[in-house]
Amino acid sequence: MSLYALQKFIYHLNRDPDLQARFKTDRAGAVAPYEFTEEERQAVLGGDVGLLYVLGVNGQLLMHFAALEGMPWADYIQSMRDGVDRYGPVRAGIYAMTTRQDEKVAGV
Amino acid sequence: MSLVFLGALSHAPGIVGRADQADAAAKDGFYAGLGRMREALEAAKPDALVVIGAEHFANFFMDNMPAYAIGMAEHYEGPIEDEDWLKIKRGRIPGNPGLSLRLIRSIMNDVDLAYAEEWKFDHGIMVPLHFLTPCYDLPIVPVNINCQGPPLTPLHRAWAFGEALRKACDAAPERIAVVGTGGISHWPATPDSGKINETWDREFLDRWVRGDREALLSYTDEDTYREAGQGGFEIRTFIPIAAAARGAPAEVWFYQPIPIFAVGCTVAVVKLDA
Repeated sequence: MSLYALQKFIYHLNRDPDLQARFKTDRAGAVAPYEFTEEERQAVLGGDVGLLYVLGVNGQLLMHFAALEGMPWADYIQSMRDGVDRYGPVRAGIYAMTTRQDEKVAGV
Repeated sequence: MSLVFLGALSHAPGIVGRADQADAAAKDGFYAGLGRMREALEAAKPDALVVIGAEHFANFFMDNMPAYAIGMAEHYEGPIEDEDWLKIKRGRIPGNPGLSLRLIRSIMNDVDLAYAEEWKFDHGIMVPLHFLTPCYDLPIVPVNINCQGPPLTPLHRAWAFGEALRKACDAAPERIAVVGTGGISHWPATPDSGKINETWDREFLDRWVRGDREALLSYTDEDTYREAGQGGFEIRTFIPIAAAARGAPAEVWFYQPIPIFAVGCTVAVVKLDA
């Protein structure tokens, strides 16, 4: 579990326009300095917001990452629900889902 | 007295970014409350605005996480978020490093602080500024209380911080406005986004308007997490305002859960001259 490294990468990405530019053209290169598990690496390279959520990435970091990926709000919410469906409950951190899988809390 | 304005408001990114998806009447009511707050702030003729926020890993991370930090820069930048997503244009916001320095020195007598000569604002500060000083012509002193990465500062320390800030403001010749900005109960940035415990919020606001120290400090993080979500940890931004009020009563000008904004939208002001 290298959730710390995973979150640190997203923290850097969210606030650093140079890293954002690199991530756009060379994802593997952008993440190379970070010690991820293979699952974490694939989640970042694939922009798999659902898996990142299940891995325990702090929602505030993840929300900004999703915005950077150009993901509309409703898709962001749905991606996390899909992630829980596919990979199971959130494994770490404080952002576990507390509503039902079919519950659209804010109508989206 | 150099504290000329004291209040609290919400800062959720959806308030601006998803405004077009909200119930129009609810949004208009909330925006009117924010407009009223801006007018009251302007009428107080402040020289600077201290914003006590709960940032979301725009500057501070778990490699070196301060419980309390105050900005001491000539200027700040924001928002870090995608401009189209937040619907707030990126800009430069003036600071006042001399005032920051004096506030920091004074507060350090009571509360250990980090200071920062660089600071990129996220929605946690940009959304309040968007409504309160939309031209970015009022110098800002940003304050951060870590509400995101536990372990978090105990609530009684947030109260002590508010008392220390009030003391520091009273000693400054400038006319200073202070706002705290956070959510009450909310589950932001999760599939639960939009869930709001209105009963819990109203109980919290009741304690807050009365400045009831004992009742405000009686929350435990375990209870808050269960009943008010991880977003509820941001009550740490409201508590220093109640402490700085020194018993002056407060009024809630607007409170309503607006689910697409992911928070019980709040505008509240302390009646300093009461």
